[in-house]
Amino acid sequence: MDTESTYSGYSYYSGRSRGSHRHGERSRDRHKSRSKDSRSEKSVTITTPPAEPLLGDSSVRGEQVQDDNWGETTTAVTGTSEHSLSQEDIVRITKDLEDSVGLDCRRYFTLTLAVIMGLLVFLTPLAFLALPHLLWPEKLQTCGTACEGLFISVAFKLLILLLAVWALFFRPPRAGLPRVFVFRALLAVLVLLFVVSYWLFYGVRILDSQDENYQGIVQYAVSLVDALLFIHYLAIVLLELRQLQPCFSVCVARSTDGEMRHYNLGQLSIQRAALAILEHYYCDFPVHNPALLSASKSRAAKHLAGLKVYNVDGEFPAAPADGPGNNAAAASAGMAHSQSRAMIAAAARRRDTSHNELYYEEAEHERRVRKRKSRLVVAVEEAFTHIKRMQEEEQKKAPGDVMDPREAAQAIFPSMARALQKYLRTTKQQHCHSMESIQQHLAFCITNNMTPKAFLECYLTPGPTLQYSRDHWRARQWTLVSEASVTNGLKDGSTFVLRCADFSLVVTTKRIPYIQMSEEYIDPKSHKFVLRLQSETSV
Amino acid sequence: MSSFIPGQPLTAVVQRIQIQKLRQGDNLILGFSIGGGIDQDPGQNPFSDDKTDKGIYVTRITPRGPADEAGLKMGDKLMQVNGWDMTMVTHDQARKRLTKKNEDVVRLLVTRRSLEEAVKHSMGSYPRQ
Repeated sequence: MDTESTYSGYSYYSGRSRGSHRHGERSRDRHKSRSKDSRSEKSVTITTPPAEPLLGDSSVRGEQVQDDNWGETTTAVTGTSEHSLSQEDIVRITKDLEDSVGLDCRRYFTLTLAVIMGLLVFLTPLAFLALPHLLWPEKLQTCGTACEGLFISVAFKLLILLLAVWALFFRPPRAGLPRVFVFRALLAVLVLLFVVSYWLFYGVRILDSQDENYQGIVQYAVSLVDALLFIHYLAIVLLELRQLQPCFSVCVARSTDGEMRHYNLGQLSIQRAALAILEHYYCDFPVHNPALLSASKSRAAKHLAGLKVYNVDGEFPAAPADGPGNNAAAASAGMAHSQSRAMIAAAARRRDTSHNELYYEEAEHERRVRKRKSRLVVAVEEAFTHIKRMQEEEQKKAPGDVMDPREAAQAIFPSMARALQKYLRTTKQQHCHSMESIQQHLAFCITNNMTPKAFLECYLTPGPTLQYSRDHWRARQWTLVSEASVTNGLKDGSTFVLRCADFSLVVTTKRIPYIQMSEEYIDPKSHKFVLRLQSETSV
Repeated sequence: MSSFIPGQPLTAVVQRIQIQKLRQGDNLILGFSIGGGIDQDPGQNPFSDDKTDKGIYVTRITPRGPADEAGLKMGDKLMQVNGWDMTMVTHDQARKRLTKKNEDVVRLLVTRRSLEEAVKHSMGSYPRQ
């Protein structure tokens, strides 16, 4: 089955669709609604409670410990920025506080459910073995050697099952997804049905009739454990193996600067694919820098600012008595329509020299950046020459004026600070790097014997988002906007948008084609060649 | 030129050209270059209509040489040289036929596309009798 989803207890807050989530979740309504109303959005939030200490040693098949493992909590305090709180933030905080209560309840509910089920499953074989001894010990046949051998087998199989379940399900959660993880739910239901049917059979055929053949009972318990191991195998295949083989190629484009990457994904539901894409996003995409977009915005503003529309014939046509408001609105709408058309036509006609300005501006900027970069490189190289690593013997001999890496960094930092700051300002990166982080990086480079070029590399090229400090990640809550239900599988041509506060990632998928291959045998002796000449002779 | 089917009789309109060899030092030269032959690659021949034609073609004419003055044109296909057939010979055999030291005149039968067209044109302008 192509659809999967998770119990979305942990995750759902986006800045917009609040109450709708609860409704959407409980009613599980799947019909596509493309309205601008945010109630139709399904949200993926990567919120991060610390990894829960999971209760007991039991399997937790149905549970959803899928939260982000970046050590942040879901409460509103960390969800906001550390700097200043605007009115909007305050409103958001109060709303988040209201929500988080609901979230926690949900999460704990699924957790307890899973724990209970795990305990039930784990203790059932033991109960099967122990109950006859408790209820009708005198009628029971003694356990022979084969039977006791089966005890050992039950014990070890239970141990293996325990370890396997721990390996598969006891992992720190990565994220909170909006919808239930269908495969896990199905597996939980399957296990429950299975165990219940075994109990029914046991209850009717063994407890009621008080069967004396203890070996048969032990074999029955062994068959239960075997079947549980097979269900675990099924869980591995469905949850882990199925999506390994790449089936789709997705193209992820950032809406603000067009940065594009392509990834290969297997058969996943839309929400799991979105999760995989977001994890790749943090590792691959260069950090989003809004300062670089201001130039194109100002150009766009200039395009429109050059034209003004004047209506020479008068404002509105005379409005009849019966529907003045209606008519005026219609008239003004029509006027706005014609106005915009007139503007487009005029803009197309006028000779625009803005391309010239752009060209020269870009050339100038390029020149400036290169100049600053060369000054920076020289300053850093000179600064690094002042530092020399002291050898072991020297350390014992001359104890004066010895510095540890941090002090060394602080000593040479001032000589390069100005050049570095100017460079960062020219390339509009100054908000990504604080003084503290630069000094730390410098100390790190000095400790590891890195060259000045190695030190500078992280300032010359923007690195992936993950490498910057957390306040510059700029997005930790994402909203998945999709026309199809997010538990549907990926299909060829499906598109969805992952939106955060500053930008959005537009994702399109294409299926990897079915390949029909045929073979052709070539006899190694069949490789023969002739010379093809075309000579010209003069006579 | 008519299409070339190996093994079938070939019909072509030919022109007789007689070239007097010129003595240059120790050699008798005719003043043109040939290309083609049954041992050569016919696909590389720029002058043939049918790219499977392995006949001998005139690839270059020395200006004001004996061939040029006799009326040989570049792209002509040699059909016969002094009575010897040139449609099914190797490149080297063709060269030998043309450069026999004891002959100082060669009589060629050559064909070219313009000959066929000229004949058709002239036949068409006369009413049938």
